[in-house]
Amino acid sequence: MFDIERWQEIFDTIRKNKLRTFLTGLSVASGIFILVILLGFGNGMQNGIAREFEQDAATSVWVWPGTTTKEYKGLNPGRRIELRNENYENSATMLADFIEYKSPRIFVRDVTVNYGKEALVYGIQGVSYQFQFIENAKMREGRFLNYQDEIGTAKVAIIGNKIKKDVFGDLDTPIGEFIDISGIPFKIIGVFWEQEEREEERIYIPITTAQRVFNGADRLNNLSYTLPPMENFDEAVAQAVNFKNELESYLKQVHIVAPDDTSGIFVWSAMEEAKRYYGLTGNIKIFFWFVGICTIVAGVVGVSNIMFIVVRERTREIGIRKALGAKPWSIVGMILQESIFVTTIAGFSGFIFSMGLLELVGPNVEVDYVVNPSVDFNIAISMVFVLIIAGALAGFFPAWRAAKVQVIEALKDE
Amino acid sequence: MIEIKELHKSYQMGSNSLHVLKGINFTAKEGELVAIMGSSGSGKSTLLNILGMLDVADSGEYYLDGVPIKDLNETKAAKYRNQFLGFVFQSFNLINYKSALENVALPLYYQKIGRKERQEKAMKYLEQVGLKEWATHLPSELSGGQKQRVAIARAMAAEPKVLLADEPTGALDSTTSYEVMDLIQKINDQGNTILVVTHEEDIAHMCKRIVHLKDGVIVEDKKIKQVRVTQNV
Repeated sequence: MFDIERWQEIFDTIRKNKLRTFLTGLSVASGIFILVILLGFGNGMQNGIAREFEQDAATSVWVWPGTTTKEYKGLNPGRRIELRNENYENSATMLADFIEYKSPRIFVRDVTVNYGKEALVYGIQGVSYQFQFIENAKMREGRFLNYQDEIGTAKVAIIGNKIKKDVFGDLDTPIGEFIDISGIPFKIIGVFWEQEEREEERIYIPITTAQRVFNGADRLNNLSYTLPPMENFDEAVAQAVNFKNELESYLKQVHIVAPDDTSGIFVWSAMEEAKRYYGLTGNIKIFFWFVGICTIVAGVVGVSNIMFIVVRERTREIGIRKALGAKPWSIVGMILQESIFVTTIAGFSGFIFSMGLLELVGPNVEVDYVVNPSVDFNIAISMVFVLIIAGALAGFFPAWRAAKVQVIEALKDE
Repeated sequence: MIEIKELHKSYQMGSNSLHVLKGINFTAKEGELVAIMGSSGSGKSTLLNILGMLDVADSGEYYLDGVPIKDLNETKAAKYRNQFLGFVFQSFNLINYKSALENVALPLYYQKIGRKERQEKAMKYLEQVGLKEWATHLPSELSGGQKQRVAIARAMAAEPKVLLADEPTGALDSTTSYEVMDLIQKINDQGNTILVVTHEEDIAHMCKRIVHLKDGVIVEDKKIKQVRVTQNV
């Protein structure tokens, strides 16, 4: 191993067989390269899906009422459940420790909306001032609703960016303009934008105004909450599930819905959905591992093949060396040392190159569902060693056989 | 130098056994230049392979420089080959990616001689065969005669007890053949023992002794008057 003469002989051989060395090296390097890139993208995809969920208030929990399907405590099935203000207030007090932001929502229906002489066909929603954070709506102009608007039943409206473009395109700003909702003028005080254009086709007004002005009484269409962020994903999921269960059991109790009735009241948690996607990315990761392992197997087979051919090609040379007095082990050792040397250098070049590429390009990748592809250093490095060992083993057997071949036979080999 | 007694060798050819050597008795003293002649199938190459430890006999005794050659394993055979024997083949058998000098130096590598000394020695032997200027050339850049001279230099570089040449002129035209034989005669003049396998009469008569092989036995063994290629000695 540390025989300098041996190394000189090996470097000599490598130098004089550049193409063979290059091809062997290339196959090893590309094997490692493909593997690292694949694993990197598997990780990137997982990161990407996680990112996707971060965007839309990942911890939000929504409640909407349905119709009961089961008889319970003397009540017939088929009863429509209606949420009330007190449900919202009680839940907020009861679960105050778990709640980050909260807002009820009411859909204002059967109203006409006019701007001047123009009739508008946008949905109107009565919400609380914290709704902005639940929807992740970002203000472009003006401000969102505030607490004062809510207690003062202010006649103010927040419009989506799409409405601004469609209706108020001629104006510098829609702020200060009035829209008529069922004949009552509402002053526009803010414009928000969302990731999805569809969600920009909304007009928000204070919940109190919506209930009082439009005969809403104390009915609510939705309850929405966000939960405080947690250290890690599992804790966040646990928290969301816990919150959801508490909320659901409270609401079912007050509305006398059978605990096992799944359609009386719906509670939806984004976190739980996210967990499903995480499960999906888990599968994607398994898939990439599978592809990766197939790649490495292909790499091993490729390297083995090349070693086999290299030894085959050198049979005559081996015969000559033996005739000149080379011992079998010295021949096996020489071929192995050379092949390990080449695969090691090539393996690490492929490794460094692919890791470098991931490091450089990874953070700049801007494809949906792929964020910052990267690979665990240890995994990648063990792949390199697997290939080197496989190459050595694959080289050993043909080398050993070649060294055992009768000199005369080897010399006949053309 | 070489002493063999009752050497037998047969090959298994499918279900048939082919008895190639049927009891060979032969001795060669130091400094001899022996031609082994015979038609193809007479067993001359087999004999040379056994003498060169490239093949093992079924029975019989073989002494080389007083050392009994028996119970050979690969490692032992390799050691003896390196120590005792130099080979010259019909097809030269040079390593094609190594220069003439490196080819000549190769047996010295297996004698664990240092790189520098190897180069010097190899150069000395290349000079002896008149190819000093071609030291850095690859075998593919040399003519057939030059290749064989490199091969002879390589065989001599290890300073073997016996030089075994298997049809050394078989792949060469007659002019080049005579040049190679001239070289072999000169090496023999220095006191080296050389065995040449050939089927060419004129080549055989350039040796000092001719052994005729026929059907696996020696039918004739005679000393001859050597024909010198150059008459300047």
